[in-house]
Amino acid sequence: MAWQWFHRLGSPRWFYEKSSGWLPWLAGASLLLLAVGMAWGLGFAPQDAKQGNSYRIIYIHVPAAFLALAGYYLMAISGAIGLIWKMKLSFVVMRAAAPIGAALTFVALFTGAVWGKPTWGTYWVWDARITSMLILFLLYVGMIALSRAFSREQLADKACALLALVGTVNIPIIYKSVDWWFTLHQPATIKLTESSSIDPSMFYPLLTMIAGFYCFYAWALILQTRTLVLQREWRTQWASQLLGEGR
Amino acid sequence: MEFQFDGLADFLAMNGHGPYVWAAYGITLLAMAGLIVQPLLARRQLRREFRREQRIHARRAGRRQPGRRAAEGALAE
Repeated sequence: MAWQWFHRLGSPRWFYEKSSGWLPWLAGASLLLLAVGMAWGLGFAPQDAKQGNSYRIIYIHVPAAFLALAGYYLMAISGAIGLIWKMKLSFVVMRAAAPIGAALTFVALFTGAVWGKPTWGTYWVWDARITSMLILFLLYVGMIALSRAFSREQLADKACALLALVGTVNIPIIYKSVDWWFTLHQPATIKLTESSSIDPSMFYPLLTMIAGFYCFYAWALILQTRTLVLQREWRTQWASQLLGEGR
Repeated sequence: MEFQFDGLADFLAMNGHGPYVWAAYGITLLAMAGLIVQPLLARRQLRREFRREQRIHARRAGRRQPGRRAAEGALAE
C-alpha cells in the first residue's frame, strides 16, 4: 500500500492526466515572475559601479546556468531511477530534460560571451568555468544524439541513462572551477553558507529571475514529457482515445 | 526604487552596453519560447499522423467487409 504512490508515479497515463492541471499554474507563475524580474533587472536595479549596465545580463546568465546544472542532476537521477526500478516514466523525463538543458546551457554560454566582450574585452577564453560549461553543453547534445541513434527505445533509454550518469563527473568540476582555477570567470556572488557579495537592490531581482527560471523549467519539462509520453504510448488505448478526442 | 534611465532612448542605449544587453535578452527569450512551442508543435504533428493512420485503417476495414457498409446503410434508413 505504501508503495502504491510510487508505482502510480511511474505510470505515463497517470502523469499525463494529472499534469494537465498543473500546466496553467506553472505557465502563469513563470511568465509573471520572468516579466517582473526582467523589468526590475533591466530598468530598476541600480547600475553596477564597475561594469555599468552590461552587468544586467546577470539576471538571465546566472539563472540559466543554475538551471542548466540542476537540470543535469535531474536528468541523471531520472536515468538512475529508470535503470534501478525500471520505471517507464522516469526514462521519459530523462529524455525530455536533454533538449531543455542543452538550450539553457547554450543561453548561459551565449549570454556569458556577450557579457564578456564589454567586461573582459573578449567573447571567449578557455577559462575553466567556461570550458566545463562547454563540456556540459556537449554532454546534453550527446544525450539528444544518442537517444535518436537506436531503433529500439529500451536500448536508447539505457544508453542515455549510462551517459547521463557518467557525465555527472563534470558537475562538481563546474561548481568548483572558479575556486580551483582562478583564471577569469568571477567567483560565485550568491553563497548559501556565507553572506552574498551582492547588494540587496540587485539581489532581489536576481532571486525573482531564479524563481521564474525554476517555474519555467518545470513548465517546459512537463510539456516536453507529455509530448514524449504521447509519442511512445499512442498505440495504447488511453492515448489513442486522447488523440482522437483532440486533447 | 525608481527607473534608472532618462527615457526610452537612454534605456535602449544603456550607456553603450545596449547591444550586448539586448542581444543577450533577445536570444534568451527566443530560446525559451522555442522550448515551449516545440513540444506543442510535435504534439500537433503526432495528432495529424494519428488521424491519417486511423483513416487508412477505417478504409481497409471497409474494404475487407464489403457487406458492412450496406448493413450500415440499411440501419440508417
